[in-house]
Amino acid sequence: TKTRDNFTTKMNDLIANYRTVDEEFFEELEEILFQADVGFDTVMKLVEELKMEVKRQNIKDTKDIRSVISQKLVEIYQGDEKFNNDITLQEEGLTVILFVGVNGVGKTTTIGKLAHSYKQDNKKVMLAAGDTFRAGAIEQLEVWGDRVGVDVIKHAEGSDPAAVMFDAVQSAKARKADILICDTAGRLQNKVNLMKELEKVKKVIEREIPGAPHEVLLALDATTGQNAMTQAKIFKEATNVTGIVLTKLDGTAKGGIVLAIKQELGIPVKLVGLGEKMDDLQPFDAEKYVYGLFADLVDEVPDED
Amino acid sequence: MAFEGLADRLQGSIQKIRGKGKVNEADVKEMMREVRLALLEADVNFKVVKSFVKKVSERAVGQEVMQSLTPGQQVIKVVKEELTELMGGQQSQIATAKKPPTVIMMVGLQGAGKTTTTGKLASLLRKKHNRKPLLVAADIYRPAAIKQLETLGKQLSLPVFSMGDQISPVEIAKAGIQKAKDDHQDYVIIDTAGRLHVDEALMDELKQIKELSSPDEIFLVVDAMTGQDAVNVAQNFDDALGITGVVLTKLDGDTRGGAALSIRSVTEKPIKFVGMGEKMDALEAFHPERMASRILGMGDMLSLIEKA
Ligand SMILES: Nc1nc2c(ncn2[C@@H]2O[C@H](COP(=O)(O)OP(=O)(O)OP(=O)(O)O)[C@@H](O)[C@H]2O)c(=O)[nH]1
Ligand SMILES: Nc1nc2c(ncn2[C@@H]2O[C@H](COP(=O)(O)OP(=O)(O)OP(=O)(O)O)[C@@H](O)[C@H]2O)c(=O)[nH]1
Ligand SMILES: [Mg+2]
Ligand SMILES: [Mg+2]
Repeated sequence: TKTRDNFTTKMNDLIANYRTVDEEFFEELEEILFQADVGFDTVMKLVEELKMEVKRQNIKDTKDIRSVISQKLVEIYQGDEKFNNDITLQEEGLTVILFVGVNGVGKTTTIGKLAHSYKQDNKKVMLAAGDTFRAGAIEQLEVWGDRVGVDVIKHAEGSDPAAVMFDAVQSAKARKADILICDTAGRLQNKVNLMKELEKVKKVIEREIPGAPHEVLLALDATTGQNAMTQAKIFKEATNVTGIVLTKLDGTAKGGIVLAIKQELGIPVKLVGLGEKMDDLQPFDAEKYVYGLFADLVDEVPDED
Repeated sequence: MAFEGLADRLQGSIQKIRGKGKVNEADVKEMMREVRLALLEADVNFKVVKSFVKKVSERAVGQEVMQSLTPGQQVIKVVKEELTELMGGQQSQIATAKKPPTVIMMVGLQGAGKTTTTGKLASLLRKKHNRKPLLVAADIYRPAAIKQLETLGKQLSLPVFSMGDQISPVEIAKAGIQKAKDDHQDYVIIDTAGRLHVDEALMDELKQIKELSSPDEIFLVVDAMTGQDAVNVAQNFDDALGITGVVLTKLDGDTRGGAALSIRSVTEKPIKFVGMGEKMDALEAFHPERMASRILGMGDMLSLIEKA
């Protein structure tokens, strides 16, 4: 994607411009990472560790540092353990997936895409129109339902979202659905009342099905800067987020803040959005994502000497 | 959390300076480092930060800071002044065409808040300026985009022009303007679909709408939470269309909003309004000084002045 190309081009320029690993090289590297929205603390930590590594391995030439950079980034993302990015489906019975996030990040669209992907796996999917607030939100989800060919449980605009969820769970159980995906209205994390409402929505699901919702997915817009950290933190406190969907990665933004979020809060990215169409959803692969940022750097940069 | 305001950041340097008498160039340099970090954490674009800090340093190394007895405060003052100035004056007026209707085009990335802002602007035009706006639904791509605008129109009791989603947005815009003429509406606000600034086909569509409708205003709608990419987005939209102003949305959140500075410095187009909520009355004039304080963390600033 363009995202990667841009980033990689910059990294390649960097390698080409600096033959030796010196202070200037690190400053420029810092700059590249900042521009990817990686976030201050993570950049500092990474650069610090790189400097140590460079010393330890006695690296002098920039071309030898490429793989070290990628490795460090993956390490920062993953920590020691290799964890599971999959969305956990229940072996038996209904799996409930709840979507949360701030306004306009791509919740509803991702629900449509995800429903499509499960439908293709021959699962019986249902959707819950839990955004009763935003103009046209219910209709938007209905269009996706039609497109994908799944049922949408809805109430009238302006009604109580918790009541919609109650109904949706009952219907999904009665109709023996495999997966129920619940939409919620976008809300900014500093709106205390709206966050309370979200907690209530989650509680209704919990009460009706012990152990549910089995996944709470936070949609994050890759274009978002440092505020994404606060979003992740507060939504996690309110709804115990189990994973992130990083949307709009088809643009030029990199969404580098997910590295910091993983590091600080331990929330992994599970899916990435790469467009507005049904098929534009992919599972997140940490190594691919990080190595992708440096792909050319690791494999393709021709040696000049 | 790493979100410290500039004043908090400067505390360390100020402690060191205190009791030292005069401030030297190295002290200023250290303070400038903190300025740089504060701006970066507020999402101001890296390059913009660089040139900004350079400018502020020059002023600081001169008389103002080094001669001051309260250099920390002085740095904040200089930074804030420069920031406010960069942000431009307050310009919340909307153009009026010599011959009505006045045409306004709303453009921007997906989910930025165009449709919501279309409703808010229409409401403002009617309420504050006693105008008769027509809303035009030219987003044929997003599921239920037309329905969304129609619902807002109904809430506001304002007319919405739509032709469904099978006709090109260019045609819809043209017909919408004609409709406004026929009905003696004096403003037309065209809601366009969200698109990536690098999507050439869709950017071309906007150019065509522009050519056909000769808009008096082209507002770029930008999410205040946008990070480093804000410069690319703003630059591309401005290059393609020549935007006339910016609306910064979702400022009711807790983002620092450094994107405002980034956009302003790459396009030099005024930020005219800010979105302060999802409701139709949540649109306010842009205040450069307030924005500067926000980016720097104003709360901290007051506490610093008390401590200093
Ligand atoms: N380019 C691109 N656009 C996307 C992607 N995901 C969503 N969008 C677009 O972003 C806009 C907002 O998406 P929605 O799904 O309505 O977002 P939401 O989070 O449900 O928004 P609210 O319910 O209003 O809070 C729409 O125009 C989508 O088509 C993506 O991965 N790439
Ligand atoms: N809190 C808050 N939410 C806002 C503001 N402006 C818009 N929104 C919300 O942001 C989301 C997206 O707004 P839309 O108006 O649909 O955005 P858009 O740019 O038209 O989106 P597309 O047509 O899909 O590109 C909705 O949930 C809006 O309610 C604002 O100023 N504050
Ligand atoms: Mg939605
Ligand atoms: Mg819209």
